Amino acid sequence: MASKVIHAIYSDDDLLLQAVKQVREARYHIGEVYTPFPVHGLDKAMGLAPTRLAITSFLYGVVGLVVATVMMNYIMIEDWPMDIGGKPSFSYIQNMPAFVPIMFELTVFFAAHLMVITFYLRSKLWPFKKAENPDVRTTDDHFLMEVEVGNHNTRDLTEFLYQTGALEIKLIDNK
Amino acid sequence: MYTLSSKLKLFSIILMVVGLLGLVYGFIAVPSTIEDVKEMMASHGEHGETHTVAEQLKSEVGDEENGLEFVPSEHEIDTERTDDVETEVAGTETAGHEDEHYEHVLHQLQNKPWAAVYVAAFFFFMIALGALAFYAIQYASQSGWSPVLFRVMEGITGYLLPGSLIVFLLLVFSGIHLNHLFLWMDPEVVEHDAIIQNKSSYLNVPFFLIRAAIYIAGWNIFRYFLRRNSLRQDDAKDNYWFKKNFRLAAGFLVFFIVTESMMSWDWIMSLDPHWFSTLFGWYVFASMFVSGITMIALVTIYLKSRGYLAVVNDSHIHDLAKFMFGISIFWTYLWFSQFMLIWYSNIPEEVTYFVTRIEDYGLLFFGMVVLNFLFPLLLLMNSDFKRVNWFVVMTGIIILLGHYLDIYVMVMPATVGASWFIGIPEISALLFFGGLFTFVVFSSLTKAPLLAKRNPFMKESEHYHY
Repeated sequence: MASKVIHAIYSDDDLLLQAVKQVREARYHIGEVYTPFPVHGLDKAMGLAPTRLAITSFLYGVVGLVVATVMMNYIMIEDWPMDIGGKPSFSYIQNMPAFVPIMFELTVFFAAHLMVITFYLRSKLWPFKKAENPDVRTTDDHFLMEVEVGNHNTRDLTEFLYQTGALEIKLIDNK
Repeated sequence: MYTLSSKLKLFSIILMVVGLLGLVYGFIAVPSTIEDVKEMMASHGEHGETHTVAEQLKSEVGDEENGLEFVPSEHEIDTERTDDVETEVAGTETAGHEDEHYEHVLHQLQNKPWAAVYVAAFFFFMIALGALAFYAIQYASQSGWSPVLFRVMEGITGYLLPGSLIVFLLLVFSGIHLNHLFLWMDPEVVEHDAIIQNKSSYLNVPFFLIRAAIYIAGWNIFRYFLRRNSLRQDDAKDNYWFKKNFRLAAGFLVFFIVTESMMSWDWIMSLDPHWFSTLFGWYVFASMFVSGITMIALVTIYLKSRGYLAVVNDSHIHDLAKFMFGISIFWTYLWFSQFMLIWYSNIPEEVTYFVTRIEDYGLLFFGMVVLNFLFPLLLLMNSDFKRVNWFVVMTGIIILLGHYLDIYVMVMPATVGASWFIGIPEISALLFFGGLFTFVVFSSLTKAPLLAKRNPFMKESEHYHY
């Protein structure tokens, strides 16, 4: 079944934010919104769930700390405990101050890089990905709201969107 | 307008009275002769420094579980603490040596109530100064979120004048030899000590007190004018007083960073006159800054809970908590940088500072890092937790406790050495100055409306939302 969506184009972010609120109040379903820059408060207006990226980052940081500790404990203390310049390599804790810079850096390294990769995976971004842009102007100075038609009357929906201040309204057949 | 509730007034007065009684007891209970010390040690069971060097070495070698200890090496036995120069010259005669040991302990015990007062006085004074530095930064950076908190900050800096005068008085007492907190003030010690002699052009009592007077006068003058201009701005027709304060705050920050650094050498680092560290000024600054910010957060949350600060919202608390979190980590960074550099190079003349701290103050020394770093790190990392008032209060109390211990571990090893104990004098001093601080801060909050008017950033601050 080919579902139909309406693309409503706005020229101003305040107008868009207002329109998103009205559309949600009228119980129409917003599929996606395309904007050239982050619109402050858009996620709240759309009712999107908060991101959990920070939580993943914390866990990755803990992994990095463990990697650093296990690595240096094995290399410096267990495998070949050499006397290097009188540093006490009898136990990990005794020589710990010397390891802290590495522990810190690896924590940050894991937290940062794995979080970025998680972001790419979750938002499906990679170098040769085909751009999913319905209208080139949305990367410059226009804002596009995609509303699913579903069982609604197309004419009513169009008129409603026109009332919200849309500059252009297009009916698109999704195949 | 805020009015001081009678309960709070009574509470702070009770704290002061109880603290004062405890302090009087602390000063009376000090032993005055070597015999008293012997008696005390006999009744308490021998502890402290009574074990010999050989025993000490043996106990350390056998104590491998005690991982944080330094590995014993030859020079560790030679490097006595900076404060027992007398024992270094000691002869081989055992009886004489023992008496000297008791005399040494006697001096430490006599220092104990003084050091307790000094630590508590400095701690609360430093909170007021840290809050003033934060206040000046808010002005100089023209921040848009904080003007609703300006009166709270001004209230906390109200303690600066009494607090700094008390610290000055304590320094004068040391200067006229009422106590032996500062080793280099003792002419007999200096006579036999070439290292201190070389420093005597900087470390001499008149110059020391003149410097202290200059710092204290400078901070208080800046505080007076910042506060006065802030009050005048309330009734002004233009932004004249705001601009004036902007320039004044920038000037204060320049003056502050120079004098704060020198103050930390004078008032804290010179307790160990044989030791020096280049980032010490920053380290003390981080401690005072995070304590000041924490106190701002605590007072703000208290006043808000009483319904006095209607315009302060979650976002303001969130911002303060972010500062508490960030500056706690900054403090840890400096603490670790200082510790690690000295530990790594292990130069005897520098490392004694940490040897005494780890041997005699192990739990406090590392416990304070847990309180000042691990707790704020884990408790305040979550953005939602930073908006929960009781969470911020709980972390704030931990941070303040941690920084009290921080000052304690800076001051005590040089003044009382291994004879430390957090007992009646220490807790009483904390109660007394805590009561005084509460009383002065909340009285100065009653002197002006809790919301500054006509600050050009006030509108933005009232609607601040993060």
